[in-house]
Amino acid sequence: MEENKEAYWQENLRLIFICLAIWFVVSFGLGLLLVEPLNEFRLGGYKLGFWFAQQGSIYSFLGLIFWYGTKMNKLDKKYHAES
Amino acid sequence: MDELKLYTYIAVFGTFALYFAIAWWARAGSTSDFYVAGGGITPLQNGMAIGADWMSAASFISMAGMIAFMGYGGSVFLMGWTGGYVLLALLLAPYMRKHGKFTVPEFIFDRYYSKTARVVAVACLIIASLTYIIGQMKGVGVAFSRFLEVDYALGLYIGMFVVWVYAVLGGMKGITYTQIAQYVVMIFAYTIPAVFISLQLTGNPIPQLGLGSTLADGSGMYLLDKLDLVVTDLGFKEYTTSNLGGGLNMFAYTMSLMIGTAGLPHVIMRFFTVPSVQAARASAGYALVFIGLLYTVAPAVGAMARLNLMNTIEPVAGQNLEYAERPQWFKDWEKTGLLKYEDKNGDGKIQYTADAATNEMVKVDRDIMVLANPAIANLPNWVIALVAAGGLAAALSTAAGLLLAISSSISHDLMKGILTPDMSEKNELLAGRVVMTIAIIVSGYLGLNPPGFAAGTVALAFGLAASSIFPALMMGIFSKKMSGKAAVAGMVSGIGVTMLYVFQHKGIMFIPGTSFLGDMGKDWFFGISPNAFGSVGALVNFAVAFAVLKVTGPAPAHIQAMVENMRVPGTISAAHDH
Repeated sequence: MEENKEAYWQENLRLIFICLAIWFVVSFGLGLLLVEPLNEFRLGGYKLGFWFAQQGSIYSFLGLIFWYGTKMNKLDKKYHAES
Repeated sequence: MDELKLYTYIAVFGTFALYFAIAWWARAGSTSDFYVAGGGITPLQNGMAIGADWMSAASFISMAGMIAFMGYGGSVFLMGWTGGYVLLALLLAPYMRKHGKFTVPEFIFDRYYSKTARVVAVACLIIASLTYIIGQMKGVGVAFSRFLEVDYALGLYIGMFVVWVYAVLGGMKGITYTQIAQYVVMIFAYTIPAVFISLQLTGNPIPQLGLGSTLADGSGMYLLDKLDLVVTDLGFKEYTTSNLGGGLNMFAYTMSLMIGTAGLPHVIMRFFTVPSVQAARASAGYALVFIGLLYTVAPAVGAMARLNLMNTIEPVAGQNLEYAERPQWFKDWEKTGLLKYEDKNGDGKIQYTADAATNEMVKVDRDIMVLANPAIANLPNWVIALVAAGGLAAALSTAAGLLLAISSSISHDLMKGILTPDMSEKNELLAGRVVMTIAIIVSGYLGLNPPGFAAGTVALAFGLAASSIFPALMMGIFSKKMSGKAAVAGMVSGIGVTMLYVFQHKGIMFIPGTSFLGDMGKDWFFGISPNAFGSVGALVNFAVAFAVLKVTGPAPAHIQAMVENMRVPGTISAAHDH
């Protein structure tokens, strides 16, 4: 049982790490740090860096939360950990 | 009574009647109802309630106005106030729901087995929440005085009464269902004018797409390019690239708002209302859907309002508007003092430029952009009436959530938890209601007599949440060895550093001229502004906590076992019958 708990936690940590990496890249990376080079590209009337800062990051956050939720529900089933 | 006023009365008092009806239907019968709505809220309902709870008068009224004048720099609010939900969903909400208690200080007490930690948490919570409420109360007063032309004070009393009825009667249960209704009112009030304006300007009814489209004026020019051109012609900074105090400051600001959002107790508390860990994760997702709906429209509202304002004053470059021919909305807002014109060159026309010497629009308050937007765009009166009801819904729903956070931390954590542990459930429920009534009176008083430091307090609320509550909660879950002593040391030094920096810039308790270290130049720490300093405070918190942990040794075994248990959903603990 104890090993199962630990394995479950390690798999969860891995998922969290992936999600936080994406979370960081889409907002701090593409929206702030890399905004100037990205602004050379366009998405319709949007400069691309500006779009990430004011639109794209928010859509990515949404995708991340739901993706994490789905993966975790599967993990809960795998370890029979549903509440 | 003119048509607009009649529509506004119908919209405002119609929505109030709806809130009362919901309050009566969702009365609270137990402490569990009162604190966590009996734990029976579905994720979809909770997501909507979180949306209303989170989106305050500041989000509804001020944010688009700030973006309108900051351009790209306003992105810190958009990313900061939404990115925090990723942290909530991944790092806090599921585990805190698994532990299954009523309040945030109670979680801190259990995890850090320390009454000191609980009291520190209650203090942080009350300071952060009270400073926030002042803004909501002012929003209620302003909305009433502007739209219904009643006295500011009377407007505030009406607002206090409405919140009192449904928050005291219904507790979390009443607040939750009212917030769902308020979310619906708010989102319609925000998006309908935006759809109209986007359609007028670009021919595209979806504001998020309209912002990236070409103008419908036949020029074939992209809206944002046109805006960049118009503002730079007048000497303002380019809209799509104008920075907010440099790259590092924007980084630190965004991070502070994100972790501050994840650490605000009135939001975290809402995750205790759902029946399971899985539901807590889903709630965060739905919450961001509902919040994102407003937050992705806001940049369009901001940019389009700025363009409309510029076009009204200078329809064709070099042909400025005659002051005598100014539109009605201009006159209305002049009356409030939030818009001021001064004919500096005596030509009777309006010049609006970035140069203070020649600029004749001497005051354009950011807060009027959303409220004046429908009138600037010549939208029908019922739309303007809806905006008034939406602004009130935003202010009232957030105030109610904050009041509940305050009253539960006093009745449940201080009274039941520490002072009078043998209090019966019935008495605790009564105490909760009495404390909430007192909290409403105190916040109403503060709304009527805003302390001199009210303007600077948002920095303090987010700074406190970011530098104290968020790190304590996160370490409590992710480091099972983290001890009470180390966590308290971390919290105290995190808040300490943040408050010192804010006070050094803005004066002790925001009294000007009391900077204790003398003049040190603006934003002296790597150019980071006081509003952005919560992220530095959080780093200090983590560093101090782990240093103290190393010296004083880990948490006892039974606490570590409790943390392990918190990390797995497992069979749900008896969350709501204690």
